[in-house]
Formats: sequence, structure tokens, C-alpha cells
Amino acid sequence: MSDMTQAAEAAIDTQSQEYLVFSLGSEEYAVDILKVQEIRGYENVTRIANAPDFIKGVTNLRGVIVPIVDLRIKFHLDKIEYEGQTVVIVVNVADRIVGIVVDGVSDVMTLTSDQIKPAPEFGETLSADYLSGLGSLEDRMLVIVDIEKLLTSEEMALVEQQAQ
Amino acid sequence: MDITEFYETFFEEAEELLGDMERHLLELDLDEPDPEQLNAIFRAAHSIKGGAGTFGFSVLQETTHMLENLLDYARQGELTLRTDIVDLFLETKDMLHDQLDAYRNGAEPDPEAYARICQTLKQLALDELGHGVGSEPEADIAPPERAADETEGLTAGNTVGEDASEDQAHEAQAAEADTGWLRVVLLNVSDKDRELLVEELGNLGAVKEQHGDAARYEVVLESASSRDDIEAVMCFIVEPEQLDIAAIAAPTETTQAEAASVPAVSQGDAPASEAPPAEQVKAPAEKAPAQAAADDKPANAAPGNKGGGAKKKAGGESATIRVPVEKVDQIINLVGELIITQSMLDQTASELDVAAHGPLVNGMNLLQRNARDLQESVMSIRMVPMDYVFSRFPRLVRDLTGKLGKDIELVTEGKSTELDKSLTERIIDPLTHLVRNSLDHGIEMPDAREAAGKPRTGTLTLSAQHQGGNILIEVKDDGGGLNRDKILAKAAHNGLTVSDSMSDDEVWQLIFAAGFSTADQVSDVSGRGVGMDVVKRNIQAMGGHVEIQSWPGKGTTTRVVLPLTLAILDGMSIKSGSEIFILPLSAVLESLQPSNDDIYSMAGNDKLLKVRDEYLPLIALHDILNIDGSEQDPTQSIAVILQAEGRRYALLVDDLVGQQQVVVKNLETNYRKVPAISAATILGDGSVALILDVADVNRLHCQRANAPRHAELTASRQEDVVHE
Repeated sequence: MSDMTQAAEAAIDTQSQEYLVFSLGSEEYAVDILKVQEIRGYENVTRIANAPDFIKGVTNLRGVIVPIVDLRIKFHLDKIEYEGQTVVIVVNVADRIVGIVVDGVSDVMTLTSDQIKPAPEFGETLSADYLSGLGSLEDRMLVIVDIEKLLTSEEMALVEQQAQ
Repeated sequence: MDITEFYETFFEEAEELLGDMERHLLELDLDEPDPEQLNAIFRAAHSIKGGAGTFGFSVLQETTHMLENLLDYARQGELTLRTDIVDLFLETKDMLHDQLDAYRNGAEPDPEAYARICQTLKQLALDELGHGVGSEPEADIAPPERAADETEGLTAGNTVGEDASEDQAHEAQAAEADTGWLRVVLLNVSDKDRELLVEELGNLGAVKEQHGDAARYEVVLESASSRDDIEAVMCFIVEPEQLDIAAIAAPTETTQAEAASVPAVSQGDAPASEAPPAEQVKAPAEKAPAQAAADDKPANAAPGNKGGGAKKKAGGESATIRVPVEKVDQIINLVGELIITQSMLDQTASELDVAAHGPLVNGMNLLQRNARDLQESVMSIRMVPMDYVFSRFPRLVRDLTGKLGKDIELVTEGKSTELDKSLTERIIDPLTHLVRNSLDHGIEMPDAREAAGKPRTGTLTLSAQHQGGNILIEVKDDGGGLNRDKILAKAAHNGLTVSDSMSDDEVWQLIFAAGFSTADQVSDVSGRGVGMDVVKRNIQAMGGHVEIQSWPGKGTTTRVVLPLTLAILDGMSIKSGSEIFILPLSAVLESLQPSNDDIYSMAGNDKLLKVRDEYLPLIALHDILNIDGSEQDPTQSIAVILQAEGRRYALLVDDLVGQQQVVVKNLETNYRKVPAISAATILGDGSVALILDVADVNRLHCQRANAPRHAELTASRQEDVVHE
């Protein structure tokens, strides 16, 4: 009997994944928790001249120079404030460390594959290419972002594109 | 435990030995060869052979074996060295290097090249000695003949008594090999290593008996290999001090041992009468009746004995350790962090009342000093002497002078000047190019030199010296100098804008343009015109610059100035608006507050600043980097005069903050290349400051000046980036 529940759990495990849920304005987003290195407060960022506006600049993360991206600017949200609640999620993608500014981090959630719906073709702000899907949790909807694809994309201008 | 773990050690060691071999071959005075040098060359070949044998690199082993045999004759004075023979040896050395590379890449060396070099070496032996050299390692020359050789060798080299006796001991070991029975004692060898060693010994011969414990383990071996060979093989695993190898009489083959002892004894007597080496006299006295004569001596004198090549090598190396560069870089990074943390603490502590916190302030001062000392010591780990670079030029000069039919002497100065390892590696190519140029185009043919009233032998001088935080490397020849008219004509032909009124310096700069060569004929040495531009680019990429001075008929000097290291930088921090930037101090000439009278405008927007009869473009940093809140009035700002890539300009900033050494952090690790910025650093308060790329600021300014609607263009470019 106990064997069976274990097996059942294992089966669920293979299909479920943990996500870090954060908020941008009133919207809720989620990223694969395995990509997240740490969460820290927003503090002094050195501006980089002639960079796109959503790249806030670079900061010192224990001796490593890390670029900081404000996703609220990138996603064209109205209200952009830097206050006590504003946090930076430091993610590790494609051997690079990048900080993303969000309004707040709410929780870590386990989503099973049947809770994730395919993302519809979106408007131009956030291409469906950068989404892993939409997570539905009772009355909540989580936009699951493929953070690696998004941050290494050409439009983020974070990574030098390989010369063809 | 896998023997392949030792491959890398062997490759590195063999490479070093090959380097030694080449150096000694080049230094060798052919009229009066130094026996110690010949020995050194022989030992290098011998050690490589030993190692190659262990690891089963048979081609390498056999090539070195043949070379070793020839070298053996050379050091015994049987083979008189000539330039062409040394050339052949050098060629063999290159071949060995190729073979080594092949093995390193897991491939088999080129069999044709191997066959060819074997043939050449055999031919040389036949021509010079009247008999061939064996291609089998076991085919050692019979002991009696060896003994005779030895006496000759001694007569030739008896000015250096000790060397000769050493040599002789060495030969005695070779002779001893024929007794076939050896007792190998392993002292303080771990079980794991011991198993491997015994297995290895099994490959060299038959293990007859083994017993003992970790502290002392005895193996009795019947092998055709000499004591030296075994030692060379085992020294890849253990220290020579841990080994004690002695020949013992074969229980049933005493006759053979005695037979071997005959020449050895006669050999022991011969030198004793000529030179008085103390050890030599001692050796026969100590010998046990059942043991072969003279064998005892090297065994008893074991740890201090310099007989075997591998042993000497290993002994010399104990003072150094090989460390991967990444590890050193990691330490340098950590020390950089430490310095930053220390200055952060310092800043906090400086706000405290000194009287109330005396001990803390004292402690902070101590910490600061220690941290600086630590940083300096760590940085010095990366520093290697320029000899590392210069040592490859004697060979190049030798080869090229032969090819070009010129007579050139190479002089090197300042070999011990130290430079960051990463820079030495990157300077080799540009420097090689400059040396080739000087040899090919600079120094004239001997006849032409004589006609010009100069000595037939040209001189090429390579020198290095420290100059502040930079290193100055000069390539100087006493050749014909650059031909101004020819360069101008060629430049005009290539479509460059030139005029006869150009200064010499400007004309010399022209040769750094791409596709430029004034050589009448393209030779295989140089003259294709690809190169000087690459040289300049490479040197600039290292943060340095290159300049040329030339005097007709007297020669050309190329000066390369490089920063000592790329990891830290002497910087000047400046402020524009609320932002702080770092300027490399090496680029800063002076700073001044401009007055209205000195500012001139040109074509509307462009401004020039007159500094002591010179008009410099005036660039406002806040324009280039779009900084808000900066001082707009030039007369209220500070103009910093900067020099980059031979151009000067004045940069307008709000304020000078101070001078400091900063740890250079790469921006591209996590981000990308930013225009006008070369890197970043972390300030005392933990915030990030960007280091300006002085040359790029100027380039960016020129770009904008050339695109009148630059503001719109950059704006639309950014839009593209966003919406693409």
C-alpha cells in the first residue's frame, strides 16, 4: 500500500515543477525556481549610458558585476516605483547572472503539468516564444515565463548576439 | 590509479626539457664545446627517452634514443660538432616537439617524418663515426668499447674533473646494465604508488622478488634497462630521494657480473691518475666483493648524486610548483574583493571618533597595509620574466640569418624584467613579427653593410625595461632605416592621403596601415604587408601602443609600451552629474580649467580647446554618455587632456575626485560590450563605477560628429532594439 502511494507520488513528481511566483503590478508571473540564484533588495545601480531604458544598469553582487533589468518597464506597466517592497530576483541563465526587478515575490508553488495551459498567441509586448504556458490555480492565473529564452533574446540586448 | 594521470606531467616536463635542449644547443660554442652543456643536452634527451618508454610512446622513445646516442659520442669528443650537425639536432628537437604534440592530442606521430629523421640521423652517424647507431633502445654499445670511449672522453674534458668523474659514474651504470640484476628499494612510498611502480618495473624487466613495507620495500628485478633508465621512469611518480637502485650480482650468473666488472675497473683506474676526483678513489674501495665494480658508488651516494638527468631535473624543481592559471586568477579576484571590503570598512571607520576607537583605527591601518602587501605578492605570482619571451628569438634569428644569407648577432637586454603572464603570451606574436621585419628588411646584406662602412655583422637588440607602470620593449636594428620616399610613394599608391610635408613620425605611422609593404620582393620571411597593422591592433588590444623611430643608414627602433598587468589599473576617478567614472591614469596628460578665451568653435557645433599652441577637440563626457545634471558651462568644468592611439583630446568633466588603484572587472561576463566603456570596477562604498575607454570615447564622438542627425539616429536605433 505504502509502496503504491510512493510510486504515485513519484509519478506526480516527474510531471510537476516548482515555480517562484512574483508580481508585476497586478499581474502574477512565475519562473522556474531552479534558475533563481537569490532574491535581494533593490539598491544602488550604476546606470549604463545608451542602453535601453529597461536595463537599469549594473550592480555589485559580492564582487561580480551584474546587469539589472526592470521587467515592469519591459512589459510596459504603468506604475514603476522603487520602494521597500521592490525586490531583485537574481537568476542564473546561460552561464550569466542577471538581476530582474519586480514589485514583489509572493511564494513558491508546485505546478503539475495538467495545471499548465498552453499560452495563446499574445500581443507584441510579450511574445509567446518567451512563455512556457499559463498556470491556472483556482481563481489565479500565473504567466509562466521562460526566463532563459527571454533574457538571452536579442530584444533584451543583454547578450552580445553571435555574429552570423 | 591510472598511469595516464601522469601523461600531463610528462608532457610538461618533456616540453621544458626540449626547451633546455634547444637553449643549450644554441649557446654551444662549436670550437670549444663546454662539456657541462653537452651533458645537459644529453641528459635532456635521456630523460625524455626514459619517460617516453614508460608511457609507451615508442616513436618518441626511439627518436630520442638515436639522438641520445649521437649526443653521447659528441660529449665524448668522438663526434666533432659542426653547424650543420647542430642544425640537424635542432631539427630533431623540433621533430620531437611535433611528436610530443601528436601524443598529447592522442594521435600517433607522422611516420614519414619519423622515418626521415631516423634516416638522417643514421646517415650522420655513418658519415661521421663510420658505424651506425642502433635504433633499438637495448642496443647499447658493448661495455669494453664504452670504457675505451670513456677514457678518451676524460682526456678531452679533464679540465673539469668533477664532470668527468660524474660522467664516468654514469657510464659505469650503463655498463652495469648488463649484469641484469637490480635491487630497487622504495622508501616511504604509499601502497597505491608502490603497486603502480612494481607494475612499471614489471614492464621493464622480470620482477624476481619483492617484499617489505611502506617505509622500505625491496624489489629484485632482472632487466636489460640501466639504473638510470629505471630511475628516469620512476621519477615521474616518486621523488628521487625515495629511490635506491643498486645492481646486485645475479645468483647464478656471477661470471657475467665479473665480465662486466673488468672494463669498469680499468675505467676506474684511468681517471684516477689523470684527475684526482675523490669519489672516484672511494668507489673501488667501498665495493663489495660480489658486486660489480664501481656500481656501488652511485648507489651509495644516492640522494646527492647528480648522475641521472631525471634526478637532477627533479631536484631542481622542488623549489617551484605548477599551478593552473585559473587558480591564481581566483586568488587575485579574492584579494581584489578583500581590498574592496577593506576600503569599505575603512570608510566606515573613518567616520568614527579616533580618540574613542583608537584600537579599531590602528587595526584598520594594519589591515590596510597587510591587504596591500598581500595584493602585491599575489600580483607578483602572475609576473614572469621577459626571458620567457626573449628565449625563443635566438632560434628564430639563427634560422632566418641562415635563410637570408645575412650575418646577424642578437643581443638581449633586461631579460629579468617582469611582465604579467597573460601579456607575455600575447606579446610573442607581435614581437616575432617585428623581429622578422628587422631581420628581413632592416639589416642589410653583409656586402652592402661593408660598402656603407658598417661592420659586416648586423646587430639586433631586444630590450625590456620598466617605465612607471608600463613595460617598454624595444626591437632595435642597426640596418638601413626606413625609406621615407618609398613609404610615401607606396602610401600614395595604396590610396592613403599623404603629403611631402608630413613629419617623419607621421610617415613611420603609415607602415601600420593594412596591406603595406615596401619590400621590393615578397620573401617567405616577410613582406606581404599583412602584419604591421595586425601588430598594432594586437598591441592596442593589450592596452599598449607601438611607435617607430628610424634614422637613414643607422637603423630602426620599434618601441612597444605595455601596461604591466591587466588585472589592476591606476585610475583617476572623475565626476559628471552624479555619476563617477574611472579614467586610466596612463591616458591622462594633465587637467585644467578652460577659460572662455581658449575655446574656439569650428563648423558650428565642434569646439576646440587651445592648450599651449595646440588645438584639441573638446568633448563633453555628458554629451557622449547622455548624463543628466552635468555642468553645461565649459568654463565651470574641468578639461582632462587625454591621449589615446596617438591622438589627444580634451574631455570635459564636472570634477576630479581622486586617484586610486582599481581592480578591473569585466562587464562582458554577465552583460555585453558597452560603447566608450572598457570595464567596470567596484568603489570603496561597494558601488560600481565604469572605466572609460579613452580611445572609444573619441571614436564615438567622431561618429556622432559625422552623423549630423545623430540624436535621431541613436533614438531610432534604440527603438529598433526594443521592437525588433
